[in-house]
Amino acid sequence: MSESLRYIQAVNAALTWALDSRTDTIYFGEDVALPGGPFGATKGLHKRFGSERIFDTPISETGFLGMALGAAMTGLRPIAEIMYADFSFVAMDQIVNQIATVHYSSAGRWKAPLVIRMQQGYSPGACAQHSHSPEAYFAHTPGLRVALPATPDDAYQMLRTAVVSDDPVVVAEARMLYPTRGPVRTDAPVEPVGGARVVRPGADVTVVAWSRMVSAALDAAGTLAEEGVDVEVVDLRWLNPLDFDTVAASIARTGRLVVAHEANLTGGFGAEIAARAAAECFADLRAPIARVATPDVPMPAAPALQAVVVPEAATVAEAVRRTVRA
Amino acid sequence: MGQLDDYRLMARIRRFEERLTALKDAGEIPGSIHLCNGQEAVPVGACRALRDGDHVTATYRGHGWAIARGVDLTGLFAEMMGRDSALCGGRAASPYLSDPGRWFVGENSIVGAGVPIATGAALTAQRTGSGAVSVVTIGDGAMNQGNVHEALNLAAVLDLPLVLVVENNVYSEMSRISDMVRVRQLAERAAGYGLPGRVVDGNDPDAVAEAVTEAVDRAREGSGPSIVEAMTERLVGHYSGDAQHYRPTGEIAAAREREPLARIRRAADADLTARLDAIDAEVSAEIETAVTAARAVPYPDPATAEEHVYV
Repeated sequence: MSESLRYIQAVNAALTWALDSRTDTIYFGEDVALPGGPFGATKGLHKRFGSERIFDTPISETGFLGMALGAAMTGLRPIAEIMYADFSFVAMDQIVNQIATVHYSSAGRWKAPLVIRMQQGYSPGACAQHSHSPEAYFAHTPGLRVALPATPDDAYQMLRTAVVSDDPVVVAEARMLYPTRGPVRTDAPVEPVGGARVVRPGADVTVVAWSRMVSAALDAAGTLAEEGVDVEVVDLRWLNPLDFDTVAASIARTGRLVVAHEANLTGGFGAEIAARAAAECFADLRAPIARVATPDVPMPAAPALQAVVVPEAATVAEAVRRTVRA
Repeated sequence: MGQLDDYRLMARIRRFEERLTALKDAGEIPGSIHLCNGQEAVPVGACRALRDGDHVTATYRGHGWAIARGVDLTGLFAEMMGRDSALCGGRAASPYLSDPGRWFVGENSIVGAGVPIATGAALTAQRTGSGAVSVVTIGDGAMNQGNVHEALNLAAVLDLPLVLVVENNVYSEMSRISDMVRVRQLAERAAGYGLPGRVVDGNDPDAVAEAVTEAVDRAREGSGPSIVEAMTERLVGHYSGDAQHYRPTGEIAAAREREPLARIRRAADADLTARLDAIDAEVSAEIETAVTAARAVPYPDPATAEEHVYV
């Protein structure tokens, strides 16, 4: 069974599934219960499940992420919402020093089955403190799983996967994708963690993207097809666990690699993909690897400035053209 | 629990820390250690208020809490020796060890970070109706961390069964706490969270037990968190290599007059002194047995260094 849902509705459906099917789940964050969340992700959940299962917290990201950890260690399966991914920086100690390390540092005796749900990326007029794409920080941290759903279906499937995972999972959605609509397989079995996906086969060049840049890459592929360039698009989906095999297999077919993300260039996860490709796919590469990213500037708020820094389909297309010509 | 039981447990903690220092000096303990010599009455008194299933979260100065909670001595020594201990397999060592089997959520090397985590253990207790409480200990310096502030307010508004025990040992690491706050007692801050706060003699296990029991009872009946500030003194440095030149001459000597074991001994008659001597001998033997057993624990297999990152 498949329903046509907007991305944000798919998130809501996954959370409904979680609270309905698993009595050990509990949901909290800022303005998530009575207000239903600033984007409606938790709309109706408080009415249905009550304050025992979903409640509002003070504006205290460190406090409630630490609370999520302690609750997860002692038997619950918390889903904590960070309203904007930018606010996760307030709580980096709990994420990096505590949540990510407790399983390893206890030789596996404690588990931290929790989800940190957030949304990220720019939107018109949003300033530098509401526009970060921090996925590389989390992917850099051993112990965390990192999910970046690019479609309504993945918003549903990957969030459910995160909920049942016994490892802590950061699920970073893209705010700009919330209004997008697509088929959602609401009766699909819960998928295992991980797995990249070839979302458009092509022969000439591989574009690896995630989150919002997947649709930008697909748009670019459409444009380039008219120019005679056949682009393969890989939606990486999970940065951890990283399915590099799917990327390597694609490079083996195309011989060229472009990596596209909205996060800043330097130290972005594209650098990791490029390094792995250089190390493991050297013989298959026929052109230098290209990276598409926001240049190394804090995100400006003015749309006129955002337009020249935020990567879009045209940015990806231009990088592909350079790569194919090289 | 009587005075002799308290003495035995406090002596066990003291002897553990002293033996650990010797092992450190002998090169058997890699990394830095933070000792609680002089502060033993706080964990011993507080743990008297607890039962099985109650969680304890501590700091890197938490060996005493682990011991008071019944964590295995051999496991503690082996863990700190960097061996493949049954506690954390050598992955945590002195400042970050834990033991789920004894509901010891663990120490923490980040000042104040255990308070939000302990708040989560309290949330589980509340939501599952287990009747358990979550006790978290921090030092005086941690009261200036934002994580403590956030967690206390969070626990307060959720009426969680949390008890915060602040061990005020005068020093915020290597700086006097009186230079770092503008309140006379840290428990005064409880009012800012709408919580009860009490100051007790942290060198008296009975005083600590009485105050923590009151707080635990309140938590168990669903009336929310409390703060207990236990006034004590550190007989040793902040960490194993701390020369303590920042402490005034005579301060540690004076503290030795007030510390909990000396206090019991000073008030003891000949008969009690003999019994205390016997306890000391038993504790020393017990500690030596644990050290010997810990030395027999193998070092972790290097091939396992990347195990347990994920479930």
